[in-house]
Amino acid sequence: MSKTLLDPTSERQAGTARERAKRPGGLAGTHVALLDISKPRGSVFLDRIEELLRARGVEVRRFNKPTFTKPAPVDLRHEITSTCDVVIEALAD
Amino acid sequence: MVPDGLVAVVKRACPTCELVAPVLAQLRDQLTIYSQDDPTFPEGLGARDDTALDVSFALDVDTVPALIRVEDGHAVDRLVGWERSRWEKFTGVDDLGVGLPDWRPGCGSRTHDPEVVDARLVASVTPHLHARTVELGDAEDESEAMYARGWSDGLPLVPPTPERVARMCAGTTRHPSDVVAVVPPDLVECTVEKVAINAVMAGCLPEYLPLVLAALEAACTDEFNVHGLLATTWFSGPLVVVNGPIARAIGMNSGVNALGQGNRANATIGRALQLVIRNVGGGRPGEVDRATFGNPGKYTFCFAEDETGSPWESLAVERGLPAGTNSVTLFAAEGVRGVVDQLSREPESLARTYAACLRTVAHPKNIFVWDAMLVVSPEHGRVFRDVGWTKARLREELDALLLLPAEDIVRGASGIAEGMPEALCEPGTTLPKFRPGGLLIAHAGGGAGLFSAIIGGWASGAVGSEPVTREVRT
Repeated sequence: MSKTLLDPTSERQAGTARERAKRPGGLAGTHVALLDISKPRGSVFLDRIEELLRARGVEVRRFNKPTFTKPAPVDLRHEITSTCDVVIEALAD
Repeated sequence: MVPDGLVAVVKRACPTCELVAPVLAQLRDQLTIYSQDDPTFPEGLGARDDTALDVSFALDVDTVPALIRVEDGHAVDRLVGWERSRWEKFTGVDDLGVGLPDWRPGCGSRTHDPEVVDARLVASVTPHLHARTVELGDAEDESEAMYARGWSDGLPLVPPTPERVARMCAGTTRHPSDVVAVVPPDLVECTVEKVAINAVMAGCLPEYLPLVLAALEAACTDEFNVHGLLATTWFSGPLVVVNGPIARAIGMNSGVNALGQGNRANATIGRALQLVIRNVGGGRPGEVDRATFGNPGKYTFCFAEDETGSPWESLAVERGLPAGTNSVTLFAAEGVRGVVDQLSREPESLARTYAACLRTVAHPKNIFVWDAMLVVSPEHGRVFRDVGWTKARLREELDALLLLPAEDIVRGASGIAEGMPEALCEPGTTLPKFRPGGLLIAHAGGGAGLFSAIIGGWASGAVGSEPVTREVRT
């Protein structure tokens, strides 16, 4: 009986996870991105969040993923990270 | 280095080699002899040891005894077996083997012994394998060790030893280091070797590997979107439909119980694809795989289309490939539901049955979003064949029957909240159940049973998954 097997996994090393971005102390003066993943009625939740944030004087920008079934395109992620400090992503079902 | 001049390759286990030993003795001054199995044979002639078969492979020996003329290290002419007149002409020596029969056939060279071929194959591929090795302790049970490492889909696995993986890699002409696809959700570059390891674990034979490679390529396209298919809460997983002569060549089932258990190729090709997604891509149930229920087809779901018995062109031909092309078509499948119609003898009636059942895919009041595959059985296919209905004709009929009145599918209709938004449902209009290209039709199944099968899909087209067909490269 052979005791040597070949690893079927990707062999990715543990511990290579990216560090979390620094948490902001508060939302005052920040730009908040609201990312709609394009699931039905996700916008209902985000509309209300936007309303509440704006009432607090927070700058809000809205973004949409082309489809909820695929990861956000690189360009969209780049736009969000380069124009906003915080992102709220709405999952819905 | 093989010396120039005359070379004889023999083995003791060959009666013809034994027979010509006196002839080799006659030629000893101009002959170099190599023995494949016993260097003391032929006795007293100083045969060289070729039990490792290096010279035999270098000279491409198929049959022994082989008498070979070597120039600059290469075989330029040869005789095999024993035939006095030809040996005399070849060597320029008369009166060879006086008293021997004039002619005897040779025996197979040891280079063709199955264990030799296998060992050589393994030795040639193994240096190209670069996966991390996992050494198991003497007290470890192989099967349990693989479960413990999380490699299994829940069923037992075949241990991926270097020897098995090397043999698997020989199932394709592609190099073990070739990158086949970038596999989600972890977006990992997956080599032929990694596919081969998972194919071994799934129980594949090497000749199935080209299909697994093609299926993985198709699954990892943006159009098919196996990432979303994995992550969805919906039931679905990848279905692989195989077209072309390779299906029969590797013994796939397109007949009795085609969508069920019992055929090694059907069972293991689909499973290998899922194991690659699990082990290489990192897609595991409860993690990125968020299915509410899943379905048993997520262990494996693969069948061959019955092309020879079909009344129509194949799924692959309909999708643009020349007839006779080996291919896989990937479909985001939720599972199989039965359609019974034992009374329709007219195609119009049977088409109405199909339409009534197809309408219920996902929900009778949902349209556009869900694709479906209709698998027509031989007995149902006969109803269309007998009157010359083409597949296009059936499609035309189904398209018309699946135009649903807006009033019937609008939210709230029939006292059911689920349905299409009012904005889409202008009263008096009709809307198609399926988007263009959203209904696939294939032919398979056993010869008895006035049934067909509907395999529901998932979020269709650019929103979710587009069926993808890929040619199989061997």
